[in-house]
Amino acid sequence: MIHITVGGEHREIGENTSVEELLRLENVEMPEYVSVSVNEDFVTRSDFAAHILRDGDVVEFLYYMGGGAV
Amino acid sequence: MILTNEQLERYSRHIILKDIGVKGQKKLCEAKVLIIGAGGLGAPAAMYLAAAGVGQIGIADADTVDLSNLQRQIIHTTNDLGKPKVESAKETMQAINPDTDVKIYNEFIYSQNILELIADYDFILDGTDNFPAKFLINDACVMADKPFTHAGIICFEGQLMTVVPHQTPCYRCVFTNPPPKGAVPTCHEAGVVGAMAGVIGCLQALEAIKYITGAGELLTGRLLIFDALSMRFHTAKLPPRGSGCAVCSDHPSITELIDYDPPTCGVKGGGA
Repeated sequence: MIHITVGGEHREIGENTSVEELLRLENVEMPEYVSVSVNEDFVTRSDFAAHILRDGDVVEFLYYMGGGAV
Repeated sequence: MILTNEQLERYSRHIILKDIGVKGQKKLCEAKVLIIGAGGLGAPAAMYLAAAGVGQIGIADADTVDLSNLQRQIIHTTNDLGKPKVESAKETMQAINPDTDVKIYNEFIYSQNILELIADYDFILDGTDNFPAKFLINDACVMADKPFTHAGIICFEGQLMTVVPHQTPCYRCVFTNPPPKGAVPTCHEAGVVGAMAGVIGCLQALEAIKYITGAGELLTGRLLIFDALSMRFHTAKLPPRGSGCAVCSDHPSITELIDYDPPTCGVKGGGA
């Protein structure tokens, strides 16, 4: 197991977990509309499956938030 | 400018703050802030900025006050139903502080009018409710080098970031392109707690006040995320201004403003 931070909260996940798998583990509903940064670097969407998380990584999910009823 | 005795009293709680003082209050009284959208975010922001003595506040929105607005858009009252939002907003702001010069723009923003709208202002607040407008405001502010604060709200959640163009990451550095229409739910579809709009709109007003007075540290290079259900604020540090950003990099690929929606059917300056 490795220890990472997701949105400021501690998580324990299996080794060799990819960003794509983390999005699934975190139940992100529309992963296609989330920007992901790992250690303050954006991960390109096409790299989600290949990007393997490492112990101590700081991950942020940045969601589109439009807001607003007219 | 010299503050009158009445102004010294009205703004006394600002003036005793060491980070504002008389000097900061004078800056506020001479500042010009544009609020795009007189809805959930724009309403509290406009009221607090008027109360703070901001010299000129522009407010742009082409909507009229609807009954479903009143759950959160506290600048409008039941008596204002059917009235243009900008007129209703102006009345409230002037009742709070007759010193503030309120300029109203009863129009939607789109590629052809936004640069002219923002040209006269020192700081812009994005209080809009849709992605075409948010990207338009970002791109126009980057092109015109105008600092602005972005905000979004939905359900019990909100987010906020301030952009000082060409110095700090812009909205497009984080969110490359607008999501397809309908892909991400709006408050209209998903709902929002009125007080949520109040929290985030007030944070936008604070960013404007901090920018004008130079107090503290702006919310740049960071995205503030507020979850009201767990009552947690989290600040996600953003990667540095992208060398690859389509609009704010040194070699932008976007050099003209884009109307992602035709202006006649809903690139609104309003809502939230």
